[in-house]
Amino acid sequence: MIFKKSALSLIATSAIVVSSINMAQAREQIRIVGSSTVYPFSSSVAEEFGATSKNPTPVVESTGSGGGMKLFCKGNDLNTPDITNASRRMKSKEFKLCEKNGVTDITEAVIGFDGIAIAQNKNNKALELSKKHLLLAVAEEVPSKDGKSLVKNPYKKWNEIDSSLPDREIIIYGPPTSSGTRDAFEDMIMKGQTKKMDVYTSLYKKDKVKNKGYKKYHKVRQDGVYVPSGENDNLIVQKLSKNPAAIGIFGYSFLIQNDDKVAAAKINGVLPTPKSISSGEYPISRSLFFYTKNSHRKDVPAMDKYVELFMKEDMIGPEGILSEIGLIALPDERRTAIRASVAKYTKLTLEDLSKK
Amino acid sequence: MKNINNTNNNKNLSDNPFYDPSLTQRHKSARRFKIFTITCIAFALSFLVFFLGDMITKGLPAFQQSYMQIDVTYNDQTIASTRKAIDKKYRRIVSRAWLRNIPKMVQESPELMATTQSTWVLVNHQVDQYMKDHYYKIKNKELKIIEDMKAQGKIQLQFNSIFFTQGDSKIPENSGLKSSIIGSILTLLVTMVVAFPMGVMTAVYLEEFADDNRWTQFIEVNINNLAAIPSILFGLLGLAVFINLFGMPRSSPLVGGLTLALMTLPIIIVSSRAALRSVPDSIRQAGYGLGLTKVQVVQDHVIPLAFPGIMTGSIIGLAQAMGETAPLIIIGMIAFIPDSPGSIFEAATVMPAQIFTWAGMPERAYVERTAAGIMVLLSILISLNALAIILRKKFEVKW
Repeated sequence: MIFKKSALSLIATSAIVVSSINMAQAREQIRIVGSSTVYPFSSSVAEEFGATSKNPTPVVESTGSGGGMKLFCKGNDLNTPDITNASRRMKSKEFKLCEKNGVTDITEAVIGFDGIAIAQNKNNKALELSKKHLLLAVAEEVPSKDGKSLVKNPYKKWNEIDSSLPDREIIIYGPPTSSGTRDAFEDMIMKGQTKKMDVYTSLYKKDKVKNKGYKKYHKVRQDGVYVPSGENDNLIVQKLSKNPAAIGIFGYSFLIQNDDKVAAAKINGVLPTPKSISSGEYPISRSLFFYTKNSHRKDVPAMDKYVELFMKEDMIGPEGILSEIGLIALPDERRTAIRASVAKYTKLTLEDLSKK
Repeated sequence: MKNINNTNNNKNLSDNPFYDPSLTQRHKSARRFKIFTITCIAFALSFLVFFLGDMITKGLPAFQQSYMQIDVTYNDQTIASTRKAIDKKYRRIVSRAWLRNIPKMVQESPELMATTQSTWVLVNHQVDQYMKDHYYKIKNKELKIIEDMKAQGKIQLQFNSIFFTQGDSKIPENSGLKSSIIGSILTLLVTMVVAFPMGVMTAVYLEEFADDNRWTQFIEVNINNLAAIPSILFGLLGLAVFINLFGMPRSSPLVGGLTLALMTLPIIIVSSRAALRSVPDSIRQAGYGLGLTKVQVVQDHVIPLAFPGIMTGSIIGLAQAMGETAPLIIIGMIAFIPDSPGSIFEAATVMPAQIFTWAGMPERAYVERTAAGIMVLLSILISLNALAIILRKKFEVKW
């Protein structure tokens, strides 16, 4: 008797398992993965799409840019995502991975900019930093006083870096290494400067294998001055409101939602505003992307409509819905050009990616 | 007289053969120890009180939502462009989520067409934050309108039914727990269907049928070990086996449930074995004495007697599975999924995942929703655990 029952339950379980293996060929629901920075924008569009059309709301997963690319490039099978979001451009390595797995027909869409804010407690006096100041504050090794050699970062106070800066302890809450914001910060603040500074590059030229890290030096100090604070930007905002000495590094959308607690610092004399970020005047911003897998367009018919909605002026325009939650619109001309290119599903090539 | 007696006593203490000079010291030390233990409890309790107090004060406002009474016009033009359904001056006050629903509302009740109704409409999260005395960002022009409406009683806080009837949303005032509650239920159903029979059967075999040899000892050690494995590893296992090998749909309650079942199994096995062991041997002996077979003894006597204990363990295991997020990140259940799943094959999210998603959102209105989500989740967990206790108390047999 008991064996009969247990055999029955075993059969039932395996039936569930087997029936799920052969899933339907066409799919109604779009599947999107990728960057946590693009996630709020992408899911806003997804929601609008679900609410205003008869299609189910697309599933948007926040896996990080790199994780998204991996899933996206896995193959053309309908179990793989249709679209991946990225807070940086696809790397040529990733493109080759895609190609290897048969994902060759990809279209790139740029949706706008995301500013990276350097902010502090609102009650502090306004702070004005340069990119150089930031580099000297966060790098593991910095040029010595005479500028001839590299020494371990000795700076503990801002006025030690530059006498015009306040007499305040340096403590920086920023994103951890896994984050796209951290990549962007290292690219723009660290690599961008160190690759042009002889102190770093001369070391690389001396021994290209051993000193590979000095070509574009981007090592962040580990002596507790730079505090990696997790992927959650809300946490950094909370820390800044508790600790007036600290400064924080996080996405622009968190700045505009919390301007009662934190205020942005001027970087090279420019405050982050939609205008200054869009024009490129504000120096720390990056483009946001999504990539579509065009081989799925036939089996996932909703994809075209979703992409069309995303590229509409109501969404990515300067007055669009996404601007309310912190997306900075592209300049008008570029927006029109990209919209046209996406509408044609222009095929992405390796040459496109190597171009700057 | 008394005084004299006392002094006499003191004097004679050292003569008393039972007198222990370290006694007062030892009593003191015992008291100190007691105070330490009490402080520890007080410390833990104060953390709990602080946490719950913080959650409740933050989360309570989320159970109310602001609505505003204004005229809404329904006609062809306003269906095409829903912004035109309301007076221009209210456009920055009313929620976009409410406006975009107008075509659906008209479809559901066609008699609205070509009329203008005075309706309670949902306002956006900034206005809602203003009504709740939180930090808000509203332009002066709109603020004046809102203040006037508030004075007339035309903006009010009402019960927030959206929180329970809508799924996730990027528009804070339109977001709710519904899809994640349904997702949690489906996921737990799968977990229970798989883990409960498997766990109980394993326990019955190990406790009632198996010989005590190397092989069963090896299994036992592994089960105990499994109970201590960090839950994220089960997520990796789920990804490798269920999604990549069997090709089951990503983010589905099926995969989530199976993954959580693996995690819950050791808990169910261990507690079921304890329950089976507590059934006295005399029951089994009596059964054999009456000529019952082993299966009959186990099925008709031992399992029914052990059942309250098995249930308690299983419910606690399920409660743990319900609060789990880490393994679900890896199998894609932590995502933006506003639609409620219709079956275990569709994409779904679960309650702790929903709370996690809200906690990372930039808009302030999500702070209260996060806390309210925690309150709902905690009350479900408390009731599950209470159910376990009640079942045990009611059906437990004392020997």
